[in-house]
Amino acid sequence: MADTICRTLRDGGLEGEHAPALTIKDSKASPFGFDVFNYVLTQLSNYILAGKSQSRGLVVVAYSRSPSFYVDLLKRRGIDIASSHDWIHILDCYTDPLGWKNWLIDKDISQEASSLSSFCQDVRNLDKLYSLIIEQGLIGQGKDRFSIAIDSVSEMVRHASISSVAGILSNLRSHDQVSSIFWLLHSDLHEIKFTSVLEYLSSMVASVEPFNQAAFGQRVDLENLSMLEQNFRKGKFHVRFKRRNGRVRVMCEEILVELAGIKFTPVLSEDEIINQRLLPKVQFNLQLSEEERNERAKVVLPFEHQGNGKPIQIYDGRRSLGENKEEALVSTGKLQPDEDSGKGQIIYFRDSDDEMPDSDEDPDDDLDI
Amino acid sequence: MENQNLNLLDRALGLDGPSEPWPLSGRVVLIEDCVETSGSFVLHQLVKRSLSPTSSNVIIFVAFANPFSHYDRILRKLGCNLVTQRDNKRFIFFDMLMLRCPDVDEGKSSEGGLVLLYEKILKTICGLPGDKKDYVTIMIDDISLVEVAANGGSDYVLDFLHYCHALTSEFDCSLITLNHEDIYSSMERPTLILQMEYLADILIKAEPLSTGLATDVHGQLTVLNKGTSHRLGRSGNKIHNFHYKLYVVLWRKKLVISIDKGYSSEKRSFRRTYHVNGRLGFWNLNTLCVTHLLNG
Repeated sequence: MADTICRTLRDGGLEGEHAPALTIKDSKASPFGFDVFNYVLTQLSNYILAGKSQSRGLVVVAYSRSPSFYVDLLKRRGIDIASSHDWIHILDCYTDPLGWKNWLIDKDISQEASSLSSFCQDVRNLDKLYSLIIEQGLIGQGKDRFSIAIDSVSEMVRHASISSVAGILSNLRSHDQVSSIFWLLHSDLHEIKFTSVLEYLSSMVASVEPFNQAAFGQRVDLENLSMLEQNFRKGKFHVRFKRRNGRVRVMCEEILVELAGIKFTPVLSEDEIINQRLLPKVQFNLQLSEEERNERAKVVLPFEHQGNGKPIQIYDGRRSLGENKEEALVSTGKLQPDEDSGKGQIIYFRDSDDEMPDSDEDPDDDLDI
Repeated sequence: MENQNLNLLDRALGLDGPSEPWPLSGRVVLIEDCVETSGSFVLHQLVKRSLSPTSSNVIIFVAFANPFSHYDRILRKLGCNLVTQRDNKRFIFFDMLMLRCPDVDEGKSSEGGLVLLYEKILKTICGLPGDKKDYVTIMIDDISLVEVAANGGSDYVLDFLHYCHALTSEFDCSLITLNHEDIYSSMERPTLILQMEYLADILIKAEPLSTGLATDVHGQLTVLNKGTSHRLGRSGNKIHNFHYKLYVVLWRKKLVISIDKGYSSEKRSFRRTYHVNGRLGFWNLNTLCVTHLLNG
């Protein structure tokens, strides 16, 4: 399923369509978002190098790691950037994002720029950042399309407002030359509003969740220690795809984090459902158990054709209760001996016997308007 | 005996092996504690380990919480002479106790103060001789007081921490910080401490036992080693948990209680000072010496 995400990013968007966008979301309880990000980055790089993807280049906007980290990462995965790097460019928003090094009195401490990366020294100016990204993407690609990877939108929003971040992401998605875009987000650092905004902007949302939800947040003791340890090796991976036809598909996998990287395994246990129904996650129980379904089927409704051949009798509350056993009754708190155990009853008490039976006349007819 | 006792924490941090290359190079360590269980003893142990004769580490200690005399006194009991190390340029102490940003133009000056601090650290590292430049450890005690010095500007503190993080990749130095978890417990979204937890490669948490107070054990330490993927050969994510007990030695029977903290230069004496813990008004004993780690 993680491969499905990578293939979707690889295939890119159709003419006139917004580029597919992926949000990778994690939290403190299972902080594997960055591992997932690296996995997607590596896969996409492999596709680009093999010429199998729509995009011919990649721009990495690095906020939380240095460019050398990404060079090493790709090298370990068998992609040597140093020798041929026309296809990748790293925008360095990590080394000096606020231009503090420019303020230094002693300018001998210089920064080494390389052909692989270029500095962004003012991450607060998102318009400038946008132009830098597009400029880097178009260098060497010409008319070809390129993909964008932003390693932490959480860092981006620290220096700019939510609306401007949403604006730049939206603009990047809708740019003609952008084939696909993906970013990482730490959901517990932000208001739900920001996370929701990004989820709306994305065509795929991949969230990393803890393997043992109950273990998180409690003080460590011998009982939950093993669960906590499991939480830092394994996790759950939920992906929500928004299709072109408007349908939403939800899938689930398990994550195993190892030294060499991250592994995705399909969920094998019977408790997990791979394609979940799209019930909203609320505190109420919206589903019926088997017993409840049976009980519901047994309830005799008051004003419905019973289908048992007898003439329809509508109870108007005047007759005594003992005469008609088949009447529909509404209970107002007075407990009746339950003659028909197992049969649902609705017991209805009229307010007073003086009331006229319900008629077809509109009670508002006597209003003099 | 001391060597055996320290091995549990050292092993958890990977410090029980050879000192070079320094296992914590390029890594960020966050120590979290609370009022019931102070985590400063972990910081003192790390100072001692970094300054061991077999390693060639240089420590840049940025102190917002206590003066030099305080750490000198404690490390002496642990068998480490900070005055000598300071003279040998292995322990560089930045006394930030008097860092106060002027009231005028608060926003800019809070950031400006931290920029200057960053510049100071950067210059110190660049000014070191070539062989020592690769073994720098930056220690900050503690981050909540950095926030106070920045007049509550946690964004500036995060920017400063980001730049310190950038130093770990630029110079392969290690960054060790201390923060108090319970300060942020009432906040709905404690951004500062959460960001720090995301930045950290190793998280050391000192907290009380889940069962409550005990006479034999002061608290528990949980060491979470996230195992950054860019370090080959290191163990993967691992979580260690053990109980600890601190021994406190009173070296004078007559105690002087005062509100001032630190070394009284006028009287030229080491006064045992109990100072009010600014967070919750607890009296904090400063002269703990030996940590005795029990296997949890």
